[in-house]
Amino acid sequence: MGSGRLYAAVAAGGFRRYATYRAATLAGVFTNTVFGVILVYTYLALWDEKPHLGGYDQAQAVTYVWLGQCLYSTLAIQGGGAEKDLMDRIRTGEIAVDLYRPADLQLWWLASDLGRSLFQLLGRGVIPFAFGSLFFPMALPTDVTSWAALLVALLLAMVVSFGIRYLAALSAFWLLDGQGISQAVMILGIFCSGMVLPLNAFPGVFGDIVRALPWAAQLQMPADVLMGKTDPLAAYAFQAVWAVVLLAAGRLLQQAATRRVVVQGG
Amino acid sequence: MTGVVRGSRLGEGLRAYRLIAGMWIRSAMTYRASFVVTVCGNLAVTGLDFVGILLMFSQVDALGGWRLPEIAFLYGLSVTAFGIADLVLGSMDVLGSRIRDGSFDTLLVRPAPVLAQIGADHFAVRRLGRITQGTVVLIWALASVDVDWSAAKVLLVPLMVLSGAVIFCAVFVAGAAFQIFAQDAAEVQNAFTYGGTTLLQYPPTVFGKDFVRGVTFMFPIAFVNWVPACYVLGRPYPLDLPEWAAFAPPLVAAVCCGLAGLAWRAGLGSYRSTGS
Amino acid sequence: MDVAVDETGDAVTDGAVDGAVDGAVDAFIELDRVEKVFDVRKKTGFLKRERRQVRAVDSISFTVARGEMVGYIGPNGAGKSTTIKMLTGILTPSGGRLRVAGIDPSRERTRLAHRIGVVFGQRTTLWWDLPLIDSYKLMHRMYRIPDARYRENLDRCVELLELGDLLDVPVRQLSLGQRMRGDIAAALLHDPEVLYLDEPTIGLDVISKAKVRGFLRELNTERGTTVLLTTHDLQDIEQLCSRVMVIDHGRLMYDGPLAGLHEVGESERTLVVDLERELPPIDAAPARVVRVEGPRQWLAFPASESAAALVARVAAEYPLVDLSVREPDIEAVIAKMYAGDAEAEKAVS
Repeated sequence: MGSGRLYAAVAAGGFRRYATYRAATLAGVFTNTVFGVILVYTYLALWDEKPHLGGYDQAQAVTYVWLGQCLYSTLAIQGGGAEKDLMDRIRTGEIAVDLYRPADLQLWWLASDLGRSLFQLLGRGVIPFAFGSLFFPMALPTDVTSWAALLVALLLAMVVSFGIRYLAALSAFWLLDGQGISQAVMILGIFCSGMVLPLNAFPGVFGDIVRALPWAAQLQMPADVLMGKTDPLAAYAFQAVWAVVLLAAGRLLQQAATRRVVVQGG
Repeated sequence: MTGVVRGSRLGEGLRAYRLIAGMWIRSAMTYRASFVVTVCGNLAVTGLDFVGILLMFSQVDALGGWRLPEIAFLYGLSVTAFGIADLVLGSMDVLGSRIRDGSFDTLLVRPAPVLAQIGADHFAVRRLGRITQGTVVLIWALASVDVDWSAAKVLLVPLMVLSGAVIFCAVFVAGAAFQIFAQDAAEVQNAFTYGGTTLLQYPPTVFGKDFVRGVTFMFPIAFVNWVPACYVLGRPYPLDLPEWAAFAPPLVAAVCCGLAGLAWRAGLGSYRSTGS
Repeated sequence: MDVAVDETGDAVTDGAVDGAVDGAVDAFIELDRVEKVFDVRKKTGFLKRERRQVRAVDSISFTVARGEMVGYIGPNGAGKSTTIKMLTGILTPSGGRLRVAGIDPSRERTRLAHRIGVVFGQRTTLWWDLPLIDSYKLMHRMYRIPDARYRENLDRCVELLELGDLLDVPVRQLSLGQRMRGDIAAALLHDPEVLYLDEPTIGLDVISKAKVRGFLRELNTERGTTVLLTTHDLQDIEQLCSRVMVIDHGRLMYDGPLAGLHEVGESERTLVVDLERELPPIDAAPARVVRVEGPRQWLAFPASESAAALVARVAAEYPLVDLSVREPDIEAVIAKMYAGDAEAEKAVS
């Protein structure tokens, strides 16, 4: 139980750290809102040409846009969460200190990143979403169960998002090139999460592949769960499988990295 | 007399810009592998939003009544113009952190205009990626659009790219001035820079009338490509603008520069440094 | 450089002063009731904010003659950096008159930049990823230093600051002390008439400190460069500065020689002695024991007294193992001074 409290404290620390950047948060809210408006207009035009694209009607497409803006920084879709700090620590060698902490490295960073996610959701995500629902027609459920189902999907999405970025960060042990990795995280994150276009609307085999990748667990699944487009349990299963796979891979990579640090240190 | 002084100040600024940009290029070259990776990465990142457009057109034939080559024309103009501005002044968003960590002070004690120094700050050749990608799309669009080319229309294409680049540069400078007041709010300028270039990749018919009015008269990026591109493509203007509006971009760019210059001066005058 | 002192106690140099400052030919740096007021917004509630004015610099007047070497000290937040920032043109004064070499710094910042050198203690201006020499080449071109002059100045700095082996090393690989020496050289290549140093020895090891101090002394005596330095290290002042200014709460509390400061501040040095065994407190007036911890004792004595005499006495009468002298903490000196000042004010009113 004691360690549970430790990670809760770490998560709270992550939350508070981001909460101190008030002006940055406001700036982010503004930017996400502007991008939301631009995307909504283009999606409306697109769905005007082809109604029911990807199985969405116009209101659902609009909902998808605003959920995307809401989750953009929550899930650090273009990077910039725990993995950035972790890569910095690897580059400067401070990571060695972390390895000697009486806490699990992966859980520590997971807790910290979840704290950050939660703050970004409340501080940066909610307002653009509310703005969207005020000024554009959205398909929002009125029952509590759908919203509760969304929260579960969001939590799983946060873990998957962390899993991806943790792997990316650990690769810095071998590649020592933070910029290249960050860029890869960004490209794949934006495109494969469906920030450009809902993954449902991706055509053919290409669409099938993208929808099976872990990034599909980030935005597409929560959106479909919220709008009742998929069976929540199936979505959870998809997210959970990827979460487990990614965390396990992260653990393996972490062990290899630890050995490497120990060897270098000795 | 003032003309001479201004001219020499501009010369000084360009000289300082060249010197500092050169240092950043050499710094980047010390990590050669990383440099290659980021150049390729930059090409890929900027290419993705065009892939997004291609994906959309795999499902539809037109967007807002515009066909793919026409939208590619808008896209190429917007991205190339923005890419140039991004290459020249794109790192201005580090100003906020420079003020926070106090290193902005060290620029202020150098015998060179601060705007030139901060403009060249973190100069990155990898930003050529966006320009390259935008130009490729623009060339393809020029080859595929159905246009009766006149001398005026031919001339308008490079004029759009250059004026557009200057307009975006002005936006970057205004954003930098804003950061002096609100250092942590650097991201606000993304809404206008990246938001602006994204917006201009889609035809004006897609957006609401009030929205279009806003980006024509208040934040006049409609003159980067929308208005002149409508003239080239022989489409109706987004608003009831006179025929000559297509040739207004240089004028709009000049006005934007003037306003951005004033904003920068006001910002620098109110700079209060950190500490104490 | 000859320095004559006139009856009023102001130093007058024989150096030509260009841009003559009305009447006061001797003043190279001149401040007349200079103020800097900041608007500070403080959160008082969830959305409520209180606006308050803070006088970071409150009506400070002083002059520095060409060739002087002045220490500028005070506790954190006293207004030291604000003053330096106004002198370099980074900040515009809210009131008063300020001239450096006859130039109003904030109005003609770039013109002044050619004539001043600035070293910000913990902020390097060198290029992190490039060899040290590259930063110097940039200075060469940015300041348009004539080639011969550049070579001469660089050679001199390289020799005196022992930078020879470091020129081709990327700055990120330099130690703190090496980097500081590199920064000082970078600030001097264009022959500035005045050099501002903000905490030049902070964080440096003893050897680096000695090198930096030696160089500054040489620079001042050989070249006649005016030096104004802020520091927390009293030894910097002791070894370098003939004159010290103390600032607290934005006001100039003291301006004169260091010895005078000790008198005014009634400061004390501390002699730490390690005895062979635990003994009752040492009796060595005017020193008094302020702390005893096993065989170690702390003796406070007036800073104006000679340490040598005290050490000799203690060594003669007690079984000594080791000893060290601790300089008075500058913050403590100033705190005392400030308290004394308040008392004096009370006495007058």
